[in-house]
Amino acid sequence: MDNMTLQTPQRIKLETEAVNLYYGSFQALRNVTMGIRECAITAIIGPSGCGKSTLLRLFNRMNDLIPSVRVEGKVLLSDTSIYDKDMDVVELRKKVGMVFQKPNLFPMSVYDNIAIGPRHHGMKREAELAGIVERCLREVTLWEEVKDKLKQSALDLSAGQQQLLCIARALAVEPEVILMDESCSALDPESTLKIEELMRDLVSKYTIIIVTHNMEQAARVSDMAAFMMMEQDKAGVLVEYAPTDLIFSNPKDKRTEDYISGRFG
Amino acid sequence: MEIRSMYHKRLREIQNEVLVMGGLASEAILRSIEALKNRDLDLAQQIVMGDQKINDLRFDIEEKCIQLIVTQQPIANDLRIIIAVLNIITEVERIGDYAEGIAKITIMIGDEPPVKPLIDIPLMAEQAVDMLHRSLDAFINKDADAARKICIEDDIVDHLYDQVYLELLALMTKDPQIVSRATRLIWVAHDLERSADRVTNICERVIFVITGKMEEM
Repeated sequence: MDNMTLQTPQRIKLETEAVNLYYGSFQALRNVTMGIRECAITAIIGPSGCGKSTLLRLFNRMNDLIPSVRVEGKVLLSDTSIYDKDMDVVELRKKVGMVFQKPNLFPMSVYDNIAIGPRHHGMKREAELAGIVERCLREVTLWEEVKDKLKQSALDLSAGQQQLLCIARALAVEPEVILMDESCSALDPESTLKIEELMRDLVSKYTIIIVTHNMEQAARVSDMAAFMMMEQDKAGVLVEYAPTDLIFSNPKDKRTEDYISGRFG
Repeated sequence: MEIRSMYHKRLREIQNEVLVMGGLASEAILRSIEALKNRDLDLAQQIVMGDQKINDLRFDIEEKCIQLIVTQQPIANDLRIIIAVLNIITEVERIGDYAEGIAKITIMIGDEPPVKPLIDIPLMAEQAVDMLHRSLDAFINKDADAARKICIEDDIVDHLYDQVYLELLALMTKDPQIVSRATRLIWVAHDLERSADRVTNICERVIFVITGKMEEM
């Protein structure tokens, strides 16, 4: 599937309904309502500080790690509310994986970085773990480069390879959704394009949401684009959410037009 | 791993659609002359109605070019290709309009007796269509030399047009009764001459893609 053929109705994988998020008394997100399409790449764009990463981290409850955070409204994964008190957050984060801006591999071997997730979730048989490691490394097109270095430290890999390994690590626990928070911003152009190509390969199986400052990347790689900005009181709002080709060729909101054409940001 | 594979695929698809559009316009020109020769009013009507398909394809390709520019930010050679496509489809669409115009003339002529056997006009059509095919091949193959050679062949069509014009002028001078019919044939020849001129414009764009420079041919 490519970003110019998303025309048939899509199922919604993740939803927010009138979400407000507060850090103490500070409102970081206001009234965000959106449906993330299954097996599509959704890009969240907007100026610095508008709440893009905050919105992204709603979906795997990473915001819980910040003291005094409070979420109002609904956030649904496959129609199940993820902010219910019964929700197993560890299980949620298995289904909704995350790749961060800078590679954050564990100080372990290449093999163990991938195997740690399945081991944590109860897999013990080494033959199965080895199979998972190979599958994930092949999925991110890293297998041929590292198959003879599986026992070497992951931190010896190049930055681009490390980020691919981070993606492989996320895939090892068989997620449904992959969140990518500016995952290419620390990489060289060649590694960036490789990861973008990988995203287009992965989207046939996974729902992907990316936060990026790189509008060209958002235009290149995503199917849907969500433009956010900060209001006067610094709360982040969703201004426009539409197929990427429409957002970048004929946005409905003047604020979107001004941002993507560089009049502010 | 091929980088930006979807982008390259889209770019190839756009260029292939230009070939399809060229094929439709070529066929329309040849069929319009066939309809004229055979006084085939049904065929002429089909050509008139078929022009919409060429027009629609032009807008479709244009939209795809815009989307590619917006989402993939082509630069350098790829950008020149997209810009060339936007110009080429305009030229091809006009050739389609000429075919429609010739078909309408056939309908206007109806069953009036022919002024003279059609010899040079079909030759003009064949030459113009052949030039169009080869100009689009030159575009796909990025062959500037082939494009330059095609431009020289425009002289052949111009020469044939001059022959047709002078011959019909002489006939009109001898027999003023045929002025109306002869004038319509001059229009047909003019449309074919303009078709070949459009192909020259296409060749200029092919050269531009390869060299980055616009050369007036």
